[in-house]
Amino acid sequence: MARLTLWRWGVLGLAGLYFLVPLAASVVFTVDVPGQGIDLDAYTQIFSTGGFTSSLLLSLELAAATIALVLLLMVPAMVALRLGAPRLRPVVEVVCSLPLVVPPIAFVAGIGTVLKWGPEHLSRTPLFQTFVAIQNPDFPFVLVLAYVVMALPFVYRALDAGLRSVDVRTLVEAARSCGAGWPQALVRAVLPNLRGALLNASFLTLALVLGEFTVAQLLGFQPFAVWIVNISGSQAQLSVAVSVLSLLVTWVLLLTLAGFGGRTRTTSRG
Amino acid sequence: MTVTTPDTAATVEFRGLRREFGPTVALDGLDLTARPGELLALLGPSGCGKTTALRMLAGFEHPDSGEVLVDGEDVTRVPAHRRDAGMVFQSYSLFPHLDALDNVAFGLRMRKVRTAGRRTRAAELLELVGLADKGRSFPHQLSGGQQQRVALARALALRPRVLLLDEPLSALDAKVRLTLREEIRRLQQELGITTLFVTHDQEEALSMADQVAVMHAGRLEQCAAPAELYGRPATAFVAEFVGTMSRIPGRLVEGGVEVLGQRLPIDGQAPEVSATSEVDVLVRPEAVGVRAEDAGSARVVATAFLGAAVRVTVRLADGTEAKADLPTHEAAALVAGAAVSVSLPQRPVLVAERTR
Ligand SMILES: Nc1ncnc2c1ncn2[C@@H]1O[C@H](COP(=O)(O)OP(=O)(O)OP(=O)(O)O)[C@@H](O)[C@H]1O
Ligand SMILES: [Mg+2]
Repeated sequence: MARLTLWRWGVLGLAGLYFLVPLAASVVFTVDVPGQGIDLDAYTQIFSTGGFTSSLLLSLELAAATIALVLLLMVPAMVALRLGAPRLRPVVEVVCSLPLVVPPIAFVAGIGTVLKWGPEHLSRTPLFQTFVAIQNPDFPFVLVLAYVVMALPFVYRALDAGLRSVDVRTLVEAARSCGAGWPQALVRAVLPNLRGALLNASFLTLALVLGEFTVAQLLGFQPFAVWIVNISGSQAQLSVAVSVLSLLVTWVLLLTLAGFGGRTRTTSRG
Repeated sequence: MTVTTPDTAATVEFRGLRREFGPTVALDGLDLTARPGELLALLGPSGCGKTTALRMLAGFEHPDSGEVLVDGEDVTRVPAHRRDAGMVFQSYSLFPHLDALDNVAFGLRMRKVRTAGRRTRAAELLELVGLADKGRSFPHQLSGGQQQRVALARALALRPRVLLLDEPLSALDAKVRLTLREEIRRLQQELGITTLFVTHDQEEALSMADQVAVMHAGRLEQCAAPAELYGRPATAFVAEFVGTMSRIPGRLVEGGVEVLGQRLPIDGQAPEVSATSEVDVLVRPEAVGVRAEDAGSARVVATAFLGAAVRVTVRLADGTEAKADLPTHEAAALVAGAAVSVSLPQRPVLVAERTR
């Protein structure tokens, strides 16, 4: 027993070192100016550079919209798949996994082509306005669409794992025999039991959107990840400070999400 | 207790229900009526369509043809949540995220009953099923039997016109099953609610139900009170499915049947036998007499001690096996291999077509 615990601590320590040593080195590098002691200049510089708040906010808005859209799309679809057409499941699984196979570069090249082609051919139709609207730099909806596609594999897997652990058909039927219509059965009986899965899906999507660079950069928008790369430029210290900061921001957000999910769970239990 | 007393219990009627799932015919023209306030058991082998029939009444399944009537009113097109039918499922079906009280109150919440009102009523119902102290427990903290009790309370919460039970006891161990089935029966009689109870356990059906409907391959074989079903089965299938039946070869003769050297009258109608007059006589083990006799042509194959009685399996001269129940003291001399003679009482017997 004691030996086992020792092993565990050993492994944990090694893993911790693997993550913490580079991180600590980065932090030291950003705050330590040779010969002058500790100096937080690199960090104050980040905040004084314009665009920190706006790009972070944009990323958060994109993440929220992506999470909402992908869940609205996938939850009813996957419940319906379970109840109505279990045989279609492999097909949907393959379709949802495709974004993993298509490299983001190819994906964004395709989107770019469509965005160029659209306005030329549709200039006389109302769709032209749509093309303009989804590329509004204040809130580029086209990125949300792209991120929804890119999040599909993760969301599919998270939801599938959640749905496996509950007997959806029986829950729905029990709710319906208690006088609940279809939407109510879904919202009141099925969704609460998928909380873990919904949280996982949101978690993964949030991480994906916060870190996404290729698509946003090539389509010419400036969410957080793009902003980081742009400002760091050639200043070594600043660029490392920025990556440390982005890591912290991501952690804080993920912890907030996890804490939020965990707290609602315990309050409903208590 | 003033929990539920429907002013008038409902009549339930299935008319010519038919349902196919691809190549399998789950229901093949099912006709069945449950009278107000009675407990009707649907009994039959696995896959005969019991669950399908029940789900049609609940509204989860739709017939290809035929109709479902409640109080003479066609409800075939009414969606499940307006059917007014409480259901207890075979698998544990409580909502895992709600405690027992909220589970019971779920339907009331759907009907927009005030919080205070639904708390009170849910508590009353939990008390009715003997779980007044478990209101704050979550399903995973309850035993299987307790979960099914909560499910029963939940099904009764909306004062449904019919109560549907789909093998609610099959996942429970034998002892819990016994007490819970008595409790279900007591509640059902107290509330006077028309109840359909699906089971493939004949003992359960015979001991609880007012009427037992035996189904076979999507059709109704016979619907009768337990005693009649056992004593006067309408078909050979019912005879052999309910209780134990032995088939003894016999021959149709003028005014009866000749079996084991005896001539006995026939109960009901003799089957149409075309070429030969060879038939099988169906007998219950308690009707078969077995006596040790050195000159007897039958041999004891096996004996099984059942408590008050011993079930003796004998092989007749022609190789067929028959079962007989004898009082324990009479069976002492009957060991495997003993020569015996077999006889039947002078009473009308059931006769079926020879199957072998
Ligand atoms: N959703 C379905 N899809 C395909 N076949 C089905 C479906 N539901 C039922 N069946 C088939 O219909 C037949 C009757 O099923 P049903 O569940 O009514 O039987 P049952 O009498 O309840 O059996 P058991 O005692 O095993 O529960 C079976 O052959 C079953 O395979
Ligand atoms: Mg069944």
